[in-house]
Amino acid sequence: MCLAIPGKIKSIESKFDGLVRMAKVSFGGIIKEASLEMVPHAQVDNYVLVHVGVAISVVDEEEAKKTFQYLEEMGEVEDELNISGFLPDKEEYADQN
Amino acid sequence: MKFLTEYRDPELAQRYLDEIKKTVTRPWTIMEVCGGQTHSLVKNGILNMLPKEINMVHGPGCPVCVTPLNLIDKAVYLAEEKGVILCSYGDMLRVPGSQKSLLEAKANGADIRILYSPLEAVKIAEQHPERQVVFFAVGFETTAPANALSVVHANRLGLENYSILASHVLVPPAIEALVSDEECVVEGFLAAGHVCTIMGMQEYHPLVEKYKVPIVITGFEPVDILQGILMTVQQLERGEARLENQYARMVREAGNPKAMETIYEIFEVTDRMWRGMDVIPQSGYQVKEAYEIFDARKKFTVDIAEAPENEDCIAGDIMKGLKKPFECPNFGTKCQPENPLGAPMVSSEGACAAYYHFSDMVNRQIA
Repeated sequence: MCLAIPGKIKSIESKFDGLVRMAKVSFGGIIKEASLEMVPHAQVDNYVLVHVGVAISVVDEEEAKKTFQYLEEMGEVEDELNISGFLPDKEEYADQN
Repeated sequence: MKFLTEYRDPELAQRYLDEIKKTVTRPWTIMEVCGGQTHSLVKNGILNMLPKEINMVHGPGCPVCVTPLNLIDKAVYLAEEKGVILCSYGDMLRVPGSQKSLLEAKANGADIRILYSPLEAVKIAEQHPERQVVFFAVGFETTAPANALSVVHANRLGLENYSILASHVLVPPAIEALVSDEECVVEGFLAAGHVCTIMGMQEYHPLVEKYKVPIVITGFEPVDILQGILMTVQQLERGEARLENQYARMVREAGNPKAMETIYEIFEVTDRMWRGMDVIPQSGYQVKEAYEIFDARKKFTVDIAEAPENEDCIAGDIMKGLKKPFECPNFGTKCQPENPLGAPMVSSEGACAAYYHFSDMVNRQIA
């Protein structure tokens, strides 16, 4: 029921005198119509998350990469912790940065 | 990027699994709240790949499963006796009512239509001014904006023949009911990503603080779920209880303000009966009085007595995480998707259906 799929906005058209924005959204080549009323700032080429014919979120493309970087960053944090004895104390460190 | 298939990468999934194995030192019980996550866990074989210390239990996040029996009886009654065009998401059709399911009513000639979106039901009402059209509006917070939007559209169009039979449920009160239950065995939660896409994270901070339980808002693809489990296990192993957001590509702290505005325009919070569980205070939505002409409960007089649940079904224990589907004596024998005793065997999000369809993917010893 809560299934929602991200797709790319191909085109946008206004209905009800501009009150309602409807989009053609491509899901890997399959085009379906979705309401953009819940995502007023969504534009053509944005990826939106669509649930039962309504776009409910615009994909944050920067955040989307973090899942791929998480393990590396975790490794870096561990490395940092391991060498923490060699780092200046926190306040000094913050000043330098 | 498609923001979908990348999160099914087997190599990345394996790396997350390896990290989970490295991190875990003792047994932990974690509940994934959403039925979509249950299916992803089972279908992708994740349950078998997790280290044995991690016991995943399956939550009540299947709106079809918790829709009260009495409401299904009412929907059947509206379709059969009141002659309405009853529109519904496909999942609801095979759920058994006390006498019959909507699918059986449809087979007997009732005008019941399966729709992808409630906005399509508004179009049907527009095309059939001579008929009453009722949309069976079930769902969690994820679906509430779309269901509310259908009323906004019908109102804008001045339609007098459209109404919704609303059965909306809310996740945070259900988590609270579970963790405050003495029998609760859950030590950490994967919260439902799409629910939080709408409602944001605010409602979960007090739960984490009050019950000292880690909650990680998690997506639905295999890599998402493995990352969510890793983040939960890291917290548990460190003795922490924080709210974290694995699904930040979709979920913002403040949720989707426009969607919430639409929900609160049409709905107000009310106590709600959860099938298989109990009445949970302030755990659902009902249509506001200002929009009662769009509320099928008010529009039609439907007086149907509460019928008893099938005693052979242990859905409640399954949705509270106390039992696994394999522990039910009727699993796969008396109860199958084609002929279910209870809703979790029917729904595409029900735990029993997940185990039934993908039983090869589940090691029975886990159950």
